[in-house]
Amino acid sequence: MQSAVEVKGLTRVFEPKKKKEGKSVTALNKVDLRIESGELFGLLGPNGAGKTTLLKILSTLLLPTAGKAFVAGFDVEKDFTEVRKRINMVSGGEISGYGLLTVKENLWMFTQFYGMKSSVAKQRIDELLTQFGLADKKDEKVRTLSTGQRQKMNVIRGFVTDPEIIFLDEPTLGLDVNASRVIRDFIVDWVQAKENRTVLLTTHYMMEADQLCDRIAIIDDGRILACDTPENLKKLVKMNRTLKLDVTSLKDTSKFGSIAGVEQFTFQDDAEKNQTYLKFILTHDSAVTDIISEVQRKGARILSLQKTEPTLEDVFIKMVGKGFE
Amino acid sequence: MSDTWLITNLRAIRGRAYPRVIGSKREPSWLFFDITLPLLTVSAYAYIYKYMDAPPEFVGFVILGGAMTAFWLNILWAMASQLYWEKEIGNLQLYLIAPISRMSILAGMAVGGLFMTAIRAAATMIIGILLFGIALSFAQPGMIILVFMVTMVSLYGMGMMFASLYLLLGREAYHLSNLLTEPVYLASGLYFPVRALGFWAAAGASIIPMTLGLDALRQLFYPSSGSEYGFLPVNTELAILAVLCVVFLWLSKYSLAYMEKLGKTTGRLTLRWQ
Repeated sequence: MQSAVEVKGLTRVFEPKKKKEGKSVTALNKVDLRIESGELFGLLGPNGAGKTTLLKILSTLLLPTAGKAFVAGFDVEKDFTEVRKRINMVSGGEISGYGLLTVKENLWMFTQFYGMKSSVAKQRIDELLTQFGLADKKDEKVRTLSTGQRQKMNVIRGFVTDPEIIFLDEPTLGLDVNASRVIRDFIVDWVQAKENRTVLLTTHYMMEADQLCDRIAIIDDGRILACDTPENLKKLVKMNRTLKLDVTSLKDTSKFGSIAGVEQFTFQDDAEKNQTYLKFILTHDSAVTDIISEVQRKGARILSLQKTEPTLEDVFIKMVGKGFE
Repeated sequence: MSDTWLITNLRAIRGRAYPRVIGSKREPSWLFFDITLPLLTVSAYAYIYKYMDAPPEFVGFVILGGAMTAFWLNILWAMASQLYWEKEIGNLQLYLIAPISRMSILAGMAVGGLFMTAIRAAATMIIGILLFGIALSFAQPGMIILVFMVTMVSLYGMGMMFASLYLLLGREAYHLSNLLTEPVYLASGLYFPVRALGFWAAAGASIIPMTLGLDALRQLFYPSSGSEYGFLPVNTELAILAVLCVVFLWLSKYSLAYMEKLGKTTGRLTLRWQ
């Protein structure tokens, strides 16, 4: 099957405007990457990692210094017109369009650059505005929109042309929880609605990458450090899972330490509250069921349960050696 | 060139022209700034000519020049510097990733700008004619329209060429636009017959399409005395303007392609910090 994106040894060096003004910057350093059609692929990395540079090359806005990049099977350097027919791009915090146009006019204008028939464009714009909860704003001037509303409009702009591959550069940057959720839900629905739709999403929100992406590449300093599913990436971190239970007072705790999959067990009684706090370090998830059964067998009642697992942030810190600033 | 390609690019021209066309309706303040203020300048020259007992057609020359001023200002501030501003607000990269000819974007800007400015210029002319009781001849309407159209195509072709060149200049573009305002008013004879500059100076100024276009229009609107003050015969001026059309449109296509390639190599077209 045709890959949506294929990148081989991609390098991009930015030279200073004048030699005296500073050193050249290597934004991408021999990057290899393959994204299959139909994937929702995440590129996770801190500011300056090279995410946006990679997206600009794939969207035909920048030339690589070395290496090759193919989008929908077309070379981004030679066959850029074919690439452009199949893609669109949305950036977080973009202020594209014209403030004196209404939301609907602004979106219509961008559809015209893709040769869409006006009637088709207007119908699709109406559908998307409704989906994003912006239908009541369609006749408002763009300059009157809030940041969240404006970003929803930008996302609609990217999807309204129904591209095969869409590049989303931090699409929920700086948005509130509700606006982010609407956009994330839409992205997932869109990619699943039709075969061979592909999303390449850059983000530095770990939760967003974890929640949305089929696969994630961790990028730092222009290099891909790891690329796999979120679950497999988390397995790279040899961190124990912990289970914390607050239960009604428990007299006998002798058997908890010997349950299979429990590496370490500690507890603390709180006589005043008539509660017992249990803490387990687990080597295997299957121990959870046995622990809960043992609590019930002893006649105690579970008041709260908290389980912690390795997160993408733990993976990122392991790979990069630092968290996001 | 396929039909689909042509239709896509025609739609792109319409799409990019739209904000300019609708803008003239949405921002009524232009009625004051773009019609009243130029009329003040025109009136000042008109009263000078009247006070000096200059031939009456000179007031007409000034009114025509005042109308053409609107086009030159539109070229400088809404064509030449436009791509730079599009880059600053993030639109340029969206234009560049679209599967269309970059000339369609420039053509859309030109068509929209021409439409909007034509209304302003017409308003300046009508008010000026009524205010000063000017009598223009419409003996050759076809020729007047032809000269005007050819002048506009070459003038906006020049604006399209400037648009890509201005991208190189960044913020300095603002100063260049300022620099090109008043000197061009003088060189292209907006308020007097360009012939007064002498042959070689007028010939040099003819690189700006407005110079020959305005001179030809003055001769057509004043057929009896126009040739007395005209620089070159109308047909010659029309032929030169036609050549300028081709030259400027070709140069704008070439310079835009060059700028895009340069931008893709250096990253300067899409990355604001560069």
